[in-house]
Amino acid sequence: MWQWLVRLYHRLGSPKWFYEITSRWIPWLVGLSVVGCAVGLVLGLLYAPADYQQGNSFRIIYIHVPAALLAQSAFMMMAVAGAVFLIWRMKMAAWVARSIAPVGASFCLIALLTGAIWGKPTWGTWWVWDARLTSMLLLLFLYFGVMALQRAIESEDASHRAGAILSLVGLVNIPIIKYSVEWWNTLHQPATLKLTEKPSMHPDMLVPLLIMIVTTYVFFALLVILRTRNEVLWHERKRSWVRDLLES
Amino acid sequence: MSLVMATVKRDLLLAARNPGEWLNPLMFFLMVAALFPLAVDPDPKFLSKIAGGVIWVAALLATLLSLDALYKADVEDGSLEQWLASGESLYVLALGKALVHWIASGLPLTLMSPLLGLMMALPDDAFPALLLSLGVGTPVLSLLGAVGAALTAGVRSGGLLLSLLILPLYIPVLIFAASAVYHAGIGMSYNGQIGFLGAMLALAACLTPFASAAALKLNLSR
Repeated sequence: MWQWLVRLYHRLGSPKWFYEITSRWIPWLVGLSVVGCAVGLVLGLLYAPADYQQGNSFRIIYIHVPAALLAQSAFMMMAVAGAVFLIWRMKMAAWVARSIAPVGASFCLIALLTGAIWGKPTWGTWWVWDARLTSMLLLLFLYFGVMALQRAIESEDASHRAGAILSLVGLVNIPIIKYSVEWWNTLHQPATLKLTEKPSMHPDMLVPLLIMIVTTYVFFALLVILRTRNEVLWHERKRSWVRDLLES
Repeated sequence: MSLVMATVKRDLLLAARNPGEWLNPLMFFLMVAALFPLAVDPDPKFLSKIAGGVIWVAALLATLLSLDALYKADVEDGSLEQWLASGESLYVLALGKALVHWIASGLPLTLMSPLLGLMMALPDDAFPALLLSLGVGTPVLSLLGAVGAALTAGVRSGGLLLSLLILPLYIPVLIFAASAVYHAGIGMSYNGQIGFLGAMLALAACLTPFASAAALKLNLSR
């Protein structure tokens, strides 16, 4: 298993290998995203029982929770990819990190927007200065910072390194920001799902949510892979394998 | 080590000979704080409630203003290359530069803050908390900001970019510091908040020089 992982890691360093293997993955990822989204949304929006307090408006969690989860883990992935680039100088890792940034920021924005739409009927206001909301907003600012920095630096290598350093600094700061705003003010309900505890949701509500979470991760992987493939093609455009690919 | 000492000495001397460098952020600090009574409400009762937060926001902005120049001259005149070639630890150098920045910006801000407190009708009990929170909190601002300054040193019009990068990272300091001043003002204990600020200072002093050193190196590859 370990040997296999090490080999996979070394192979991932090769842009050509990555491009070829992901060509085979893409149909599967697309299929899984479409099917998962269809099943999860139909179950969640039509068959899950309405919440006894919030009525039907709770159903937005099938978009909101997966997006919020992903926005946070995407930042982590971006920082890890950046660290791999800083330590081992693997170009692929830098391209992946750069591909993740706008996707993660979009999910962050989706989480904030759906949260606002849900907050209006439930809390009676679009926005409150609550800890969770504020820390998501700050996460969005961190994404913007990384993207702005990458764009501002002209030298390709330096911009990748700068982005990686900033995302690592951000990663260390995320828990500090999270706990300080939580301590400062909180109105948001505690997390719906916890890995360490038995879920408090009814299975009819929970199963579609879990399906949607998995689907969103698959969809995220698809988006990042597509973006990374573009980076690969652009950077390797002078190589013979890309030329052959373009001609055929 | 001697190189770092020499750099610190040189930078302090430069700051002393060029007072605008550290006086301008101080004046900015004063002016920003003066905008709030004008724009919101000059009623002392209201002011005393927001004083701590306003003074801290002004301090934060003033710090950002002076950060831009931290490494710029060194990148432009080649001092940075000399440091890298000398083989001295960049970690210690980054720590030294942050110290210089704090002496030229955070320390004067801290010393001038009681004046602002008077203008903003800060409650008497809150003055020690204001001084203490600025004294412990502004070095964290300098340390974190130095990372941003190193990252943007070679970027044209990096000042605005620097603010975008660094402001989200400043939020925890702002929260705990403003809360310390506020709680002191209503007669509550503020040891906890100062303790958190101290923990952040320890963490920032240990970790941010690594990031600064890595960021400084990438200024060579442009």
